[in-house]
Amino acid sequence: MTGTATPTYIGSRVARKEDPRLITGEGTFTDDVMLQGMAYLTLVRSPHAHARIRRIDTAAAKKEPGVVAVLTGKDLEVTGMLPVFITVPSMNGSKHMPIATDKARYAGDAVAAVVADTRDAAKRAADLIAVDYEPLPVVVDASKALEAGAPILHEELGSNLVFTYPVKGGDIDKAFKDAEIKINQRIVNQRLIPNAMEPRAVTAKFEAGELTLWTTTQIPHFVQLIVALNLGLGQNKVRVIAPEVGGGFGSKLQVYAEELLVGHLAKTLGRPVKWTEERREGYLATIHGRDHVSDVELAAKRDGTILGLRVRTVANVGAYLQAFAPGIPTILHVFIVPGPYRIPAFDYEMRGAYTNTTPVDAYRGAGRPEAALLIERIMDRLADEIGMDPAEVRRKNFIPSDAFPFNTISGITYDSGDYAPALDRALAMADYKGFEKRRAEAKTRGNYRGIGISSYVEICGLAPSKANAALGVGWGGYESARIRVHATGAVQVFTGTSPHGQGHETSWAQIAADALGVSPNDIEVRHGDTFESPGMGVGTFGSRSLAVGGIAVHKAAEKVREKVVQIGAHLLEASPADIVVEGGKVFVKGVPDKAKNFGDISMAAYLANNLPDGMEPGLEATVYYDPPNFTFPFGTHIAEVEVDGETGAVQIVKYSACDDCGRQINPMIVEGQLHGGITQGIGQALYEGAVYDNDGQLLSGSMMEYHVPSAEDVPAFDLDSTVTLTNTNPLGVKGIGEAGTIGSTPAAVNAVIDALSPLGIKHIDMPLTSEKIWRAIRAAGEGRR
Amino acid sequence: MGHTVTLSVNGTSYIRDVEPTLLLVEFLRETLSLTGTHVGCDTSQCGACTVLVDGRATKACTMLAVQADGTQVVTVEGLAKNSELHPIQRAFAKEHGLQCGFCTPGLMLTAVDFLERNPSPTDAEIRHAIEGNLCRCTGYHNIVNAIRSASAEMRQTTGARPKVAAEVNR
Repeated sequence: MTGTATPTYIGSRVARKEDPRLITGEGTFTDDVMLQGMAYLTLVRSPHAHARIRRIDTAAAKKEPGVVAVLTGKDLEVTGMLPVFITVPSMNGSKHMPIATDKARYAGDAVAAVVADTRDAAKRAADLIAVDYEPLPVVVDASKALEAGAPILHEELGSNLVFTYPVKGGDIDKAFKDAEIKINQRIVNQRLIPNAMEPRAVTAKFEAGELTLWTTTQIPHFVQLIVALNLGLGQNKVRVIAPEVGGGFGSKLQVYAEELLVGHLAKTLGRPVKWTEERREGYLATIHGRDHVSDVELAAKRDGTILGLRVRTVANVGAYLQAFAPGIPTILHVFIVPGPYRIPAFDYEMRGAYTNTTPVDAYRGAGRPEAALLIERIMDRLADEIGMDPAEVRRKNFIPSDAFPFNTISGITYDSGDYAPALDRALAMADYKGFEKRRAEAKTRGNYRGIGISSYVEICGLAPSKANAALGVGWGGYESARIRVHATGAVQVFTGTSPHGQGHETSWAQIAADALGVSPNDIEVRHGDTFESPGMGVGTFGSRSLAVGGIAVHKAAEKVREKVVQIGAHLLEASPADIVVEGGKVFVKGVPDKAKNFGDISMAAYLANNLPDGMEPGLEATVYYDPPNFTFPFGTHIAEVEVDGETGAVQIVKYSACDDCGRQINPMIVEGQLHGGITQGIGQALYEGAVYDNDGQLLSGSMMEYHVPSAEDVPAFDLDSTVTLTNTNPLGVKGIGEAGTIGSTPAAVNAVIDALSPLGIKHIDMPLTSEKIWRAIRAAGEGRR
Repeated sequence: MGHTVTLSVNGTSYIRDVEPTLLLVEFLRETLSLTGTHVGCDTSQCGACTVLVDGRATKACTMLAVQADGTQVVTVEGLAKNSELHPIQRAFAKEHGLQCGFCTPGLMLTAVDFLERNPSPTDAEIRHAIEGNLCRCTGYHNIVNAIRSASAEMRQTTGARPKVAAEVNR
């Protein structure tokens, strides 16, 4: 770490600076913003998954007491289209208006808007809007959507094909010709509903030509940019604030219709407007995640050596392309499918399809959990086929530690890695050797016990702007930071990242504290306000905040430190090379008793009457950091489960994980990210799944039908870590926000299949609910006593 | 027509005219501006709106304000006394039991009610007690640690601090 001798705060379990306000109810979330004279927006949403809008009768709604405005898509076309930030080759983009004008393309597509003095009045009026729909044939399944004769969602595109994305490397035909073992497996990665605990909300006011918009977002600067462009306002006249944001997981990584609508309405109606999503509305109108069906073929030798991997996947993108949707099943998925393994030949073709369902975009892990499940299921299928220990099949195919930086067959470069130690530690934590005894013991109780391994590598830290551009990402992958030291020595860090639970206020303060030689307590980190931060921030997603935004903070702090050193040397009449900055003091090496306080230096910077010749007054620095590569964290997760022989219910009895995210800034926060990520991954493996009927109605339409894991559904987690630094950035940090989700789903699934393997069961698609397992056990001829 | 309700919230008495359809959580958030209580699902699945009503953890999204007439309500804003944090608040911070903080008020109030009825819970009992409060960030691991840690502190200081949940007779 340049300039920072021994880190004092980096690596420490510093208590979170966010917590005092959040445990006392003082935090302000978007729906907590209450403004004088505020009106409420309610949207009328199509009950049909596919229907032409013939006519909308708003007369009765307009007469309802308290109604301020009733608007249809035609009235609101001025708000412009919703943005898509990624363009992959051959992409057929969809026209996506905030309010549908011609037809509704999924159940939940907004068709009209009501603004009223109260929420109740708005809802009453919404019920009085009569929409004359002409129902159209519906397609829900992505493969069927690509068949000839399928109902077409966007007629102007001529088909439902969004893109075909092929990635190839090596000689795949030779691999299969030489194969001693071939495995074929269809793998369904089901659709998920993100369920951030805070529903989405937008509040806005327009005063003196300036729009202030509070919103539940991970990307306030993108919201600012699009709102300004679409509504015809100067970017300097649009202030977007992401206050406390109650979780995102990708579901708030959008510029949503409601943000444009509330902004537009506040501007045109002359009074503040608020929209707050109801949970059941969110199930329809907030993006979903995953939804892949993959046909996987593996070519291998009998000794477990992988020769080649061929995959054909159809990804369901839903009714419209959302902001980052084109990049999730492609850039963030296909390239990382080889995982931690040497795979000599690779042939992947990904196709995206429009269907009459809620749009699909990034959900925690975003493309990488799909990759990890695919390769880790296939590794277990291979182990089963050749009768080899799943741990040894993995070890045999791992990229060796001396092969980094490693160019993968899919065409990317892994920065650093050492996969075997993480596997070994996880195996030891899980008492893998003693497992068969536990399996036998469970059998005496009529239960099936299994153990599942998942070794993953993930791609995160989006990332070099030029690489992004080459991949079709329409915006740079840098991040910004500004550090301002006030005359008194008070330090403020303004970051372009936009945390919503990740604790950046704490971690960024630790990074800046080490560079500036002060305590994190003396540093305030501010985020999520586009009028405070540097000109552009990219935001928080894809486990990028630390490896990009944290480095921007580090570099800005180093710049400030350099000026502190210069001023200190000047005041102490010493060489800058001999200046020490630590403990809130600035002194000449070996002479700490003649120190200047940090605040003396900052005061001197602003008094400006005794600075080195030619030095500008002031003490602040702004950095836009653009990283040279992505980062590639990795690890091994092991789940041990017991399946109830009578009911098929799964209990995770032990969970062990060893993860490597490079240098850890705050291990407490790292563990917290893992706990939450693992739980979400277990949720996908065992409990969660969005279900549509053939008419496009979401059957899992509330928390009653869609099971978000509770405290009783998951175990305590046993975590350990290895530290393999990356050369990609000066702190050697990677990312940890999504690793848990990526690692845990395959571990849990593999454990359940392992438990059922004595019955000859090779694969069951997620979620592995008790009903599904009970049926599988019965189909296998057991359980019918 | 409005109905008059009289209730105590965090020790302060309020008399207000309310619509009969007004939910307790709306009364707290919008009428009294106590926005620390959150709405996560509208259907009593998630527990973000949990407050104490006469000492019992109650989902304020499924109770009408008129039903709370005559009760004593405690919200997250009332947990600290004279700016001294309640042990559950300290424990949530110490154990990193919160990330985004949205579910946290409801979880803490559920835990307070639970710990005053079961001062020495097992981890399994803690997990059962909070299964009606969903958290999407923490995976519950550190929340369980926080509640266990608070239980130890609350046992040591029993009698020294007034109970929050049991301030009223049941």
